Amino acid sequence: MNRKSLAAAFPHTVPVLMGYLSIGIVFGWMLSAAGFHTVWSGIMSLTMYAGSGQYLGVELLANASPLADAAFLTLILNFRHLVYGLSMLEKFQGMGWRKLYMIFSLTDETYALLAGVRAPEGVDEKDFYFSIAVLDHLYWIAGSVIGAVAGALITINTEGIDFAMTALFLVIAVEQWQSNDRHAPVFLGAVGTLACLLFLGPEGGRFLIPALVILVAGLLLMRPSLEKPATLPKGGESE
Amino acid sequence: MTTMQIAALVAVMAIVTFLTRALPFLLFGRGGEPPKVVLYLGRFLPPAVIAMLIVYCYRNVSFAAVGDWAPAFIAGAAVVALHLWKKNNMLSIVGGTILYMVLVQAVF
Repeated sequence: MNRKSLAAAFPHTVPVLMGYLSIGIVFGWMLSAAGFHTVWSGIMSLTMYAGSGQYLGVELLANASPLADAAFLTLILNFRHLVYGLSMLEKFQGMGWRKLYMIFSLTDETYALLAGVRAPEGVDEKDFYFSIAVLDHLYWIAGSVIGAVAGALITINTEGIDFAMTALFLVIAVEQWQSNDRHAPVFLGAVGTLACLLFLGPEGGRFLIPALVILVAGLLLMRPSLEKPATLPKGGESE
Repeated sequence: MTTMQIAALVAVMAIVTFLTRALPFLLFGRGGEPPKVVLYLGRFLPPAVIAMLIVYCYRNVSFAAVGDWAPAFIAGAAVVALHLWKKNNMLSIVGGTILYMVLVQAVF
């Protein structure tokens, strides 16, 4: 990474700068409101670096959740990363030690940038990708620390600020709905989870474990119909 | 919570997050083709999981009195409406959260 690649990367990252500062500030503020020291905001953003994961993390910390529950919830929340990695396999090849950081820092927004941009003439494309990843990470850390400090200094009544996690998931759901033409999985997820919640009750979020089993089993059963009409543009009929 | 307990929770969440990002590179980084069922689940499981997590967010809502459920559902509807209208993450999240805070603190 050098000044040239940073300068080339910066303009592409401005939308992420805006987004990460604001979403990060809300995260830091929530964590402060839940009674955790500002330092934890910075540590979480440095080591976890996951928007929805950290919003969920606030709730897990506030409830002093068992480690196994935290691991399970983080795992299912981050399942979508599996798809991101698959499409970045080639892009990250030959990046040496930086590949590890690229994998670590593959958030939704960085993924979207990397999938869409091309290094300008005269800038090494590996340096360019790395610069984008580092800049985005710095924005996120900055936002969450600003939010945590503000939350510690400004003493307004913060009851209800934890709704930001619900709001974030709703936003993700709207975006997924609009980018996908098949909506059956959404209904399966909602109805299957509601059924488990009604049977098992809300305690500790344990109902999510059978719910996840139902979702995966349901999706496997629905595979013939979901894959049929609008599958991959090429090679879909080759079997 | 003690500092050690907080650190342990943060460490677990950080490690699991990294593992989910690293898994495809570990499994398929040597050029193997991912099984079709993995690609299929990778495409359709995320929307189902987000729906599941929204239900999770609403799990403690009680229907005993209007004031118990109305704020969460009004603010939730506002988030969806705002996002359909302006497609601005910050506006939808911050706007919906402030509306929720006003509703639980001052209205209901």
